[in-house]
Amino acid sequence: MIGITSFGGYIPRLRLSRKLIAQNVAWYSPVIWGAAQGEKAVANWDEDALSMAVAAAQDCLVGRDRTQVDGVYAASTTFPFADRLNADILATALNLSEDGTACADFTGCLKAGTTAVISALEAIQAGGKKRVLVAAGDQRRTKMATNFEMFLGDGAAALLLGSQEVIAEFKGGYSLSCDFIDHYRDAGKEFDYAWEERWVRDEGYGKIIPRAIFGFLKKTGLTLGDFDKVVYPCYFSATHRGIAKKLGLDPAKVQSNLHEVCGDTGAAHPLVMFVAALEDAKPGDKILLVGFGQGCDVLYFQVTDAMAGYRGGQGVKGSLAKRAELTSYTKFMKFRDIVTADLGIRGEANPNSSLNILWRNRKKLIGLVGSRCKKCGTPQYTFTPVCVNPDCNAVGDMEDYAFSGQKGTVFMYTGDMLAASVDPPAIYGIVNIEGGGRLLADFTDCTLDEIKVGLPVRMSFRRRSKDPVRGFSGYFWKVVPQATEKGV
Amino acid sequence: MATGIRDKVAIIGMGCTKFGERWDCGPEDLMVEAFQECLSDAGIEKNDLQAAWFGSCLDEVNVGKSALPPSLALRLPNIGVTRVENYCASGTEAFRGAVYAVASGAYDICLAIGAEKLKDIGYAGLPEFSAGMGLTNQQWFPNMTAPGCFAMLASGYSAKYGVDMKELKRAMAHVSAKSHANGALNPKAHLRAPVTEEVILKAPMIAYPLGLFDCCGVSDGSACAIVATPEVARRLGKKDFVTVKALQMSLSNGEEMSFTNWDGSGFVTTAKASAAAYREAGIVNPREEISMMEVHDCFSITELVTMEDLHISARGEATKDIMDGFYDLNGKVPCQVDGGLKCFGHPIGASGLRMIYEMYLQFHGRAGQRQLENPRYGLTHNLGGFPFMNVCSIAIVGRNEA
Repeated sequence: MIGITSFGGYIPRLRLSRKLIAQNVAWYSPVIWGAAQGEKAVANWDEDALSMAVAAAQDCLVGRDRTQVDGVYAASTTFPFADRLNADILATALNLSEDGTACADFTGCLKAGTTAVISALEAIQAGGKKRVLVAAGDQRRTKMATNFEMFLGDGAAALLLGSQEVIAEFKGGYSLSCDFIDHYRDAGKEFDYAWEERWVRDEGYGKIIPRAIFGFLKKTGLTLGDFDKVVYPCYFSATHRGIAKKLGLDPAKVQSNLHEVCGDTGAAHPLVMFVAALEDAKPGDKILLVGFGQGCDVLYFQVTDAMAGYRGGQGVKGSLAKRAELTSYTKFMKFRDIVTADLGIRGEANPNSSLNILWRNRKKLIGLVGSRCKKCGTPQYTFTPVCVNPDCNAVGDMEDYAFSGQKGTVFMYTGDMLAASVDPPAIYGIVNIEGGGRLLADFTDCTLDEIKVGLPVRMSFRRRSKDPVRGFSGYFWKVVPQATEKGV
Repeated sequence: MATGIRDKVAIIGMGCTKFGERWDCGPEDLMVEAFQECLSDAGIEKNDLQAAWFGSCLDEVNVGKSALPPSLALRLPNIGVTRVENYCASGTEAFRGAVYAVASGAYDICLAIGAEKLKDIGYAGLPEFSAGMGLTNQQWFPNMTAPGCFAMLASGYSAKYGVDMKELKRAMAHVSAKSHANGALNPKAHLRAPVTEEVILKAPMIAYPLGLFDCCGVSDGSACAIVATPEVARRLGKKDFVTVKALQMSLSNGEEMSFTNWDGSGFVTTAKASAAAYREAGIVNPREEISMMEVHDCFSITELVTMEDLHISARGEATKDIMDGFYDLNGKVPCQVDGGLKCFGHPIGASGLRMIYEMYLQFHGRAGQRQLENPRYGLTHNLGGFPFMNVCSIAIVGRNEA
């Protein structure tokens, strides 16, 4: 049996109400009021498709054995790097093995997430891979006062696929490929170019999704009545409902498109919706998963008895509940770099990142891997070959020690108005790590007034720097309060 | 067996520019200004200098690398000059190099000079330092500044002693108000306006909980000292000259940042260097024996915790001593007599020497309105870097008693 052995989700904590967007932009396009319901998830200024995919993958891997992962597939249409394997950064961040692991990026259209899942399952089916991690994230840039600005949210999901401890068995798949261009983005362009919505709804979502599902049913001899849940994306809610009608599907069996609470998360969205479906699934449930974008992928899973004992991470439901309202549209514009604020001369400093150092220290800098002294057991970050414990000081007797999954408490902190920051004050400090060691780091997803000495925190992989001159995104881990619901 | 530095080296001359926003001066002008005062004070010729040490920290944004800047600016007579850089301890490092050179017997007369021209960068605060933190740290250190890093101490101190932040802010405000009062009496100080605690407490936040007046001035300036053997001092006819009693340093080894034994309420290095300095100087009870201090008050909270690390205030008692006026100009151990970094200013490489300059003036009765009565020991203290990773230097000077 092959299928899903674990799943994870990540919806960024900030939520922007569509009413707030409309209040700010309807002067430009009054028709926007028609879409001003619910809210969308908005990545913080230091997040991107990759960092969110890492968060979802981290969630997926909680309590799982990482040493067995031999494939890492990342999916997005907004990867930070066009030529540098994003899946490799993800694998390094997760401290996965380099040797014997195949990494690949899936990109180019919104069904890239489901295509990555199909490819992983086929590789496992063929015996070429044992355990593949698929992580999809998207953070699409949108122009002011467009329906995309209203509809699109940010988020990520991850699945661990394999043949042991399967909680949802893969029973078959089907793909349909066609060059239907509802929108596109030229290489190097910042924003999507979209065609008339009525045509996209009627000829695109409304026809191609049913065509793919019927194709799958014909191939397998199944009927839709066999399924307990059907998961397909479509950010036009009426069209989403209309497809169910066209399929003759009981509306109760249609998985929510999360439009009201999250928005469409692009290449990640079919998987985000699927993870939300898995969170409610019972053993025996049959779930159909559909990805859409220049055709469709259709995947059929049946939940196994192992689901009853499954313990996951926070998932989509958990991260949706960790909600903080972004109360300023201007802040959203600044976070997306749509408006230019004055960072001051101090903010001009732009040292390049030494790639030698990044290679030599990739575990340390991307994976937050510190050292633990084999003699006295002291975890340490940062580290030298000499143990930091004054009663030990053993030389060259260290082993790797991952700090990324550790919890901790705030030891000392500040909120700095002088530091050049996208979201001042720049909050940073030192945290004491459970089980030993300390970490000096930026804090994020918090406000200064909620930080106190002793506050419980955890680690989150974030984009630490973005070099506009050389086009290089730098990543590191930041400290996040364990409770992050407070609004900004 | 080492016997320490006490009374082995005399300070025979000192000079110090006015600190401040010296828009019309480059680092060369500042060095010449300090040096001319120093040379005439010492009563020697430039050609009598046998070697020199130069302290500067942020050379990238002012003088540039190497020890050539003072050699060129002062037209030194082709003698050996060494540049030292050790964050905010750079000035005291230059002094230490010159003093040790004389004490070793290698030379009779040496110059220590520090200079920093900070106000050519176009923005407030210290220059952005990511380029100076090393290529590896550059890839993971937080987006931090000096006030932010030192501000963290306040959260650590408040948590350790259960002091309410409002109460701590009040003591920090007294620290700054006292330095403003002293700076107002000093014609060479950068900031000369007295400021009340109320104004200090209402100032805009720079880095929580430090407001504008909790931060020292960023200044241009230069200071220097000519040191010699006591024999040379006597031969030059110097009476009641000042000698070095102690020179100690202590540097972090990473425990504060990476181990969990540091409580975050003070400086491990200052506590260690000061104890060693008292031993070297023969001081048993610093609270009773130290007559005056110039400490590294880059931020009010730094001065506050330093009072404990110097073993003058008992642990957890600094706020009480501060509010009691113990460190005021008319208190038992006046601190920041010349206005401190807070108001005299902080051109980094010059600061250590500027502190010794005030001690020197006090011992010679030349401190004007700030003059203290019959001081015996003066302590200076520099703290470079960050609370969790720093360089501490301490000097104790006094009248020659050998």
